[in-house]
Amino acid sequence: MTAVLDIDDLNIRFSTPEGTVNAVNGLSLSVSAGESVGIVGESGSGKSQVFLSTMGLLAKNGRAKGSTRFHGEELLGLKADRLNAIRGVRMAMIFQDPMTSLNPYLRISRQMTEVLMEHKGLSRAEARSRSIRMLERVGIPEAAKRVDMYPHEFSGGMRQRVMIAMALLCEPDLIIADEPTTALDVTIQAQILDLLSELRGDTNSAVVLITHDLGVVAGLCDRVVVMYAGRVVETGLVRDIFYSPRHPYTVGLLESIPRLEGDGEGGAEHPRLKAIDGQPPNLQSEIAGCAFAPRCPRVEERCQQERPDLIGLDNGHACACHKVGPT
Amino acid sequence: MFSYTFRRLLVAIPTMFVIVTVAFFMIRMAPGGPFDLERALPPEIEKNVLRAYNLDQPLWKQYVDYVGGVVQGDFGPSYKYRDFTVAELIGSGFPASFQLGFTAIVIALVFGVGFGSFAALRQNSGLDHAVMAVSMTGIAIPNFVMAPLLTLVFGVYLSLLPVAGWGDGALINKILPITALALPQLAYIARLTRGSMVETLNANFVRTARAKGLRERIVIVRHTLKGAMLPVVSYLGPATAQILTGSVVIETIFDIPGIGRYFVQGALNRDYTLVLGVMITLATLIIVLNLIVDLVYGLLDPKVRYD
Repeated sequence: MTAVLDIDDLNIRFSTPEGTVNAVNGLSLSVSAGESVGIVGESGSGKSQVFLSTMGLLAKNGRAKGSTRFHGEELLGLKADRLNAIRGVRMAMIFQDPMTSLNPYLRISRQMTEVLMEHKGLSRAEARSRSIRMLERVGIPEAAKRVDMYPHEFSGGMRQRVMIAMALLCEPDLIIADEPTTALDVTIQAQILDLLSELRGDTNSAVVLITHDLGVVAGLCDRVVVMYAGRVVETGLVRDIFYSPRHPYTVGLLESIPRLEGDGEGGAEHPRLKAIDGQPPNLQSEIAGCAFAPRCPRVEERCQQERPDLIGLDNGHACACHKVGPT
Repeated sequence: MFSYTFRRLLVAIPTMFVIVTVAFFMIRMAPGGPFDLERALPPEIEKNVLRAYNLDQPLWKQYVDYVGGVVQGDFGPSYKYRDFTVAELIGSGFPASFQLGFTAIVIALVFGVGFGSFAALRQNSGLDHAVMAVSMTGIAIPNFVMAPLLTLVFGVYLSLLPVAGWGDGALINKILPITALALPQLAYIARLTRGSMVETLNANFVRTARAKGLRERIVIVRHTLKGAMLPVVSYLGPATAQILTGSVVIETIFDIPGIGRYFVQGALNRDYTLVLGVMITLATLIIVLNLIVDLVYGLLDPKVRYD
């Protein structure tokens, strides 16, 4: 399979008044055509920043170093007009908060047609009818009428459908969905996830799904990348990550998914939700050993001094932990 | 929108009534009267004059008569400009005042938004800081200081522009008064625009616009400016009010035959009807212009609905 997106040794630094924050450190990953990859990690693990840098959308104080190639073309440092021929056309991004990510002052029709008119050179009328068809496809009822409404006239779930429709307009090879369901109700979340997996079936786009919710990944992805403190700690097929997680952080994440049946500490009657103790590290200083060491139940002395490399296991499963060797 | 406009105009009636009433009694509380001269008039002549203008009636009667006249559009005769009614004087002063005020607000808006956007797009650069520092100075200097300073520099030292006068409305005579009137508003609008632009540029929907691969010009003009203009449009209400009241000072300093100058002279001469007439005209303008600003705001922000 050919790589749509190939990230190699990516480092992202933010200069803040309190000092430099090392948000992403030596991260490498690749996404193949048609593949769906889940990026999992807690807030501040750098998972969104990786892909914002891909889209050229890092905040002004952020700097990305390393390499990010899209179909072999280097994106980092690419000139704006060349980048604009790629983003929105061949790769598109769906953002976390549909409430604020649509322009409140422009009609939906305007926000959609401008993409097609800019990139595909369509006339306004053509762009409009395509936009309406795309809205119908993502399940907006009465799309022909609603296309002329403003974002505030849509519910949260409907707005996220509009965001998705907007991202799909140019049939991109790569869709980056940054926590597409976080801001929505649980029932709406399920609808949006169903929609995403349905669309994946018909479009053959590669999907990167950024989330902190492992449940979302299980339903939608082929592969998972678990990030911690700006590094990949474990990656592998969904099945391997869920049934045989190797990194203590992944194990902790899986254990902290709420379950209905009681097998927690409190016994069957009062199941307690498990949590990973401690806080993610401060990324302002270079971390010498394993970033997870302070919170790791299996920590040993070596973990404090020496950073573990990502070591391949089997089936593309890889893990960065001193306690885990190749099988 | 029509019913909203109608309701706003209805609400304006009691407002105007309060303004007229307060103004009427306030000007009467000022010592002296319209016909007090350095040398007192003979009592019988004074009596005749007062009777001619109904000033010998009890105050409440005068008030009722005045309000009755205003309701019918009659502002009464001027006491000092003997052969003119107040309406005629306001009519004669209006063109100069309108040219001054309108040009000033347009200049303040165009340049304020221009400089503000310019600074916002180069946030934290030297140019940004320079624009903001200059505009802070512009806000801090009141126009009664700014006007004589401008006169001193451009009129006296450099002899480029006339020091005062209207010259039948020649452009060269308008430059200094319009500048003095526009500068504080321009400075304020520049700061307002910058702040609002910086905020909007960081909005999620602007990031979305960039993610869509739109050209920077479209991202700025279509996606950023409209949202960023809303606070500026809101400010246009108070800005026009300040320009109107500011023109009273500016017209006096530059000796411009506008309604502002009539207002000052009327107040000094205790020309009661003239002062009240100008007051009512300014109040009406402010109310109407504020209504227009609110309606424009509704056109810009789809979340605002008037019904």
